[in-house]
Amino acid sequence: MKLLKSVALLGLACVASSVSAAEALTVYSYRQAFLIEPIVEKFTQQSGIDVNVVFAKDGIAERIAREGRLSPADVVLTSDFSRLMELVDKELVSPVQSNIIDHNIPSQYRSQQHNWFALTMRVRNLYSSKDRTGKIDIDYEDLALAEYKGKICTRSGKHPYNVALVASMIAHDGEAKTKTWLQGVKANLARKPQGNDRDQVLAVKEGLCDIAIGNSYYYGNMLMDKNQKSWAQAVDINFPNQKNRGAHVNVSGMALAKHAPHKDNAIKLMEFLTSDVAQKMYAEVNMEYPVKADVAPSELVASWGDFKADSLPIYKLAEYHQAAVKLLDEVKFDL
Amino acid sequence: MILGLTRGWSLTGYFIAVILILPLIALIVQSTLPDEAVFSHLFNTVLPTYIANSLLLMLLVGLGSLLLAIPAAWVIARCDFPFRRYFQWLLLLPLAMPAYIVAYVYTDMLDYAGPVQRTLRDWFEWQSPHDYYFPAIRSLGGAAIILSLVLFPYIYLLARTAFMEQSSSLLYASRVMGCSPWRSFWRLSLPMARPALAVGVALVAMETAADFATVSYFAVPTLTTAVYDTWLGYGSLTAAAKLSAIMLLVVFSMIGVERFARRKQQLFQKQSSFNEADRYVLSSTKAWIALGYCTLLLFLAFLLPFTVLCVYAIDYFNESWDTRFWQYSLNSLYIAAIVSAVCMLLSLILMFVRRVSPRKSDYLPSRLSSTGYALPGTVLAIGVLVPLTFIDFAINDVYDWLGERGPGLLLTGSVFALIFAFCVRFIAISIGSLENSYKRISPSLDMACITLGQTPLQLLWRVHLPLLRKGIFAGALLVFIESMKELPAALLLRPIGFENLATYVFQFVSDEKLEHGALAAIVIVLVGLVPLIYLNRSLEQQG
Repeated sequence: MKLLKSVALLGLACVASSVSAAEALTVYSYRQAFLIEPIVEKFTQQSGIDVNVVFAKDGIAERIAREGRLSPADVVLTSDFSRLMELVDKELVSPVQSNIIDHNIPSQYRSQQHNWFALTMRVRNLYSSKDRTGKIDIDYEDLALAEYKGKICTRSGKHPYNVALVASMIAHDGEAKTKTWLQGVKANLARKPQGNDRDQVLAVKEGLCDIAIGNSYYYGNMLMDKNQKSWAQAVDINFPNQKNRGAHVNVSGMALAKHAPHKDNAIKLMEFLTSDVAQKMYAEVNMEYPVKADVAPSELVASWGDFKADSLPIYKLAEYHQAAVKLLDEVKFDL
Repeated sequence: MILGLTRGWSLTGYFIAVILILPLIALIVQSTLPDEAVFSHLFNTVLPTYIANSLLLMLLVGLGSLLLAIPAAWVIARCDFPFRRYFQWLLLLPLAMPAYIVAYVYTDMLDYAGPVQRTLRDWFEWQSPHDYYFPAIRSLGGAAIILSLVLFPYIYLLARTAFMEQSSSLLYASRVMGCSPWRSFWRLSLPMARPALAVGVALVAMETAADFATVSYFAVPTLTTAVYDTWLGYGSLTAAAKLSAIMLLVVFSMIGVERFARRKQQLFQKQSSFNEADRYVLSSTKAWIALGYCTLLLFLAFLLPFTVLCVYAIDYFNESWDTRFWQYSLNSLYIAAIVSAVCMLLSLILMFVRRVSPRKSDYLPSRLSSTGYALPGTVLAIGVLVPLTFIDFAINDVYDWLGERGPGLLLTGSVFALIFAFCVRFIAISIGSLENSYKRISPSLDMACITLGQTPLQLLWRVHLPLLRKGIFAGALLVFIESMKELPAALLLRPIGFENLATYVFQFVSDEKLEHGALAAIVIVLVGLVPLIYLNRSLEQQG
């Protein structure tokens, strides 16, 4: 009986410990700890408001949907746009009216209904081998050309970064053309889609392929990592579609959770994230482009040169998101 | 047996069983709901490939594990060669290795950028991948090889026991009738071991079906990864439940095969009269081959990956030895301890009811409760969430109705969901272990005890418990190690912000930097070794 009692006590204790500590702000984050923690610490220093940040790679939207009105989430931080839209589509966010945020974030980077805001921007670049290809003037459309047969590497087509790229292709070229394009790209792949964006750069270095699709901030991050510096140094970074619509950009962003228990403080945090201090930190720590117009990118990022970004309003990507996922399945891109 | 067993015991048994199969029922109900054509879209595009991949992988891993396990089991059971006694248990060690870690280590070595291919390129002066052929490790075949290396000990263990239990006189008879040792192995030993092999293959196939991490790392989409993607990618719980239902169909048909194979087992193993002197003494060449084979197997499946882990752990010691590592280790141990305690307690009740009840129908609760083992972690997670969320909301509704502030997500927001899922999945192990131990307690003891005026509870406490001690311990240990290793259910059910060793290590693996998580991986392996060695010792004592 003693055993039974102690088991019951243990059980109660573990339940209680996870339910308590409810007064601090709760942030659900798709973005990694190393990036968010220093920024949030700064916020706590300034405001005295405690913040619990919890990280997850997958399924935050599903979790919030399931938690419903009982959800402890106040603010959600996402690493890309489709996740932001997923929250909006599932009606898991509530609108925020804040002059500070509206002033800091240009209108193409926030929703007209005030229910999501972009925080940083990154380019879906094409990396090319320094030795074999050199810097190239290239469009995404070119990836399907016969001359690149067996020369392209990418991560899974179903990864949100690639889905967003495909969605932007649909927005510009239409579904039928995009399907043909995807089939062309698939036929040009040097290997089955696998690994992450860094792996693709490594593959270029090793000579497995000549061109890799990857996000811009990885270039900076790899240059800062002692083990991966040589990978990044083996490639050139290219901004695609510079002669026409501009390179596809994706954004990371934030939204206020629909049932946020601490709405006022949550909005304070969101305002802070758009401030010069936080925008600068984002730029320095993760090599991203700040969305606040008067905050400069980091020196390293600036050294890659200016580029023209696709002016397609970001909510357009959302409209084609499902279509993009379905196209990827139809052409069996990953198989 | 004749015992005025109170209805209470029997009802408790049914109550436990109903709770434990709740996830299964929830899953089936959920899969019948409409899902906005996500499932039919999947069915028309990628699903056939997923199913084919799953089936092919199970087939290949089954075959691969058989090929690896049978020679080892045979030479260790029936022949004599140097170090045989050590290999008897050394070959069980790969079971302590999570497959995705082995997968990572081999990928790192055999990938295009890895040391093996780099060396080859240097030697032969190849410039690019077009200059030579090297099989891709990240492929269906690669996954099959890795999973076979990790899972073969299941078959090895069962086959070894089967070979040892075969009566020597039968084999002598075959030899007298003119069979060579080879022929008598093919015509007699192997067919007689068939039921044990079938059980082993079914186990291996079930583990393969449940694997999430290896196949996702190797980019080989199977039904399990599809369940995960459909839920999180398409955001459709119902479509995911439909996929899970297909998966259950596959798994339950496998269990059917296993039961069917075991049906005849009794016929084959009437008496066991094997003794040490009956072993073939191998000539020196053959002994070297046997020794070499076992060493190679141990090296590839355990020593090599484990050594690589240790090298990583030393290299990145300062980065990994931090408070998080300690916190996650504690989380893992704490969850595993609770799960094994709860499983033992519940299975004790279930088996006691079955033991003392005069009603035939009281077999049912323990049978039903064991079905959870067939649910792969990803599938189980969905099954667990549906009823628990429902209960959470019901509790809060009651508070609202009373005009009070509710406690929030009592079950799904805490580790409760995780613990519940693990119990559902692993209670089959503790039930099995107790079932075995109960078989050795004579029913006359129960009768004597009752005649002496003891109540059922006293019978359990004063007679059964002391006699079952070993079985309880072994069962709890096995549940403990499984809970330490289980990944897919933990990934989906852990309260947000809660990590254990398995989820922690997998995050590094999926980011392709296991180096940083190597220390945590070593802890998982080491904790897994203890029960394996204990298990083997108790098996040897039986034999």
